[in-house]
Amino acid sequence: MPSAPADYQLICRIQHDDFSLEQEYQALLRPDCGAVVLFSGLVREQFQAEPADSLQALELEHYPGMTERAITAIAEQAATRFNVRTITVIHRVGLLSTGAQIVLVGVASAHRADAFSACELIMDFLKNQVPIWKKAHFHSQAQWVDAKATDQAAAARWVQENTL
Amino acid sequence: MSVHAESKAVAAPIQTKILFFAALREAVSSSEMLLPQLAPMQLSSLLTLLASQSTHIAAALTDREVLTAVNQQLVNQQAWVQPGDEVALFPPVTGG
Repeated sequence: MPSAPADYQLICRIQHDDFSLEQEYQALLRPDCGAVVLFSGLVREQFQAEPADSLQALELEHYPGMTERAITAIAEQAATRFNVRTITVIHRVGLLSTGAQIVLVGVASAHRADAFSACELIMDFLKNQVPIWKKAHFHSQAQWVDAKATDQAAAARWVQENTL
Repeated sequence: MSVHAESKAVAAPIQTKILFFAALREAVSSSEMLLPQLAPMQLSSLLTLLASQSTHIAAALTDREVLTAVNQQLVNQQAWVQPGDEVALFPPVTGG
């Protein structure tokens, strides 16, 4: 089984605090990398019709230890399949208001195709292989977010492509 | 005396840690439980044992899809659990 190149570098952090896109971008740069892809996920506005309500915040819970292990395994898979040099994954936990940054995935590579693909693979697996859960807090009630079949299909796609 | 101590050590159950997260944590009203375990057992048996402890836990485990991890690795219910392992039970994940 192929393994990730020895000189690939992973920065993985689970934190309550916000992060700076500019700082994380600078941390990804390497002289041999001509492409950097940054993805950031945010808490978006959500509205409910009956009863009329809107999202106040998302509460994120995770499994300390396993979260970091799962992210490391996903990043290693990305670095094995694609020619990337540096990967950053930052995931926030705790109570995050509408508009707040939730997650950052950054990838640096020699050329853009590898960085785009690696970033997309990491996000797809992050959605359904990492022990993190979201609870949606509306003004009148709160509910746990259900896992989406579309997210499962997005991750399954990479497995199928791998075996073809 | 030492022989006696040794046989006693073998027979003593070891606490296996069971962790609950998210909706499952709320349903069982607990984030962590200790289950005395004497010998290796399959996860499916451990879940049956856990459910037999209270109708509250039994309902929480059957009301929803439950994912399982042993020592922080996702596994299916045929996986073996050694005494002292860390077992985690949680709903499908929704991070990212």
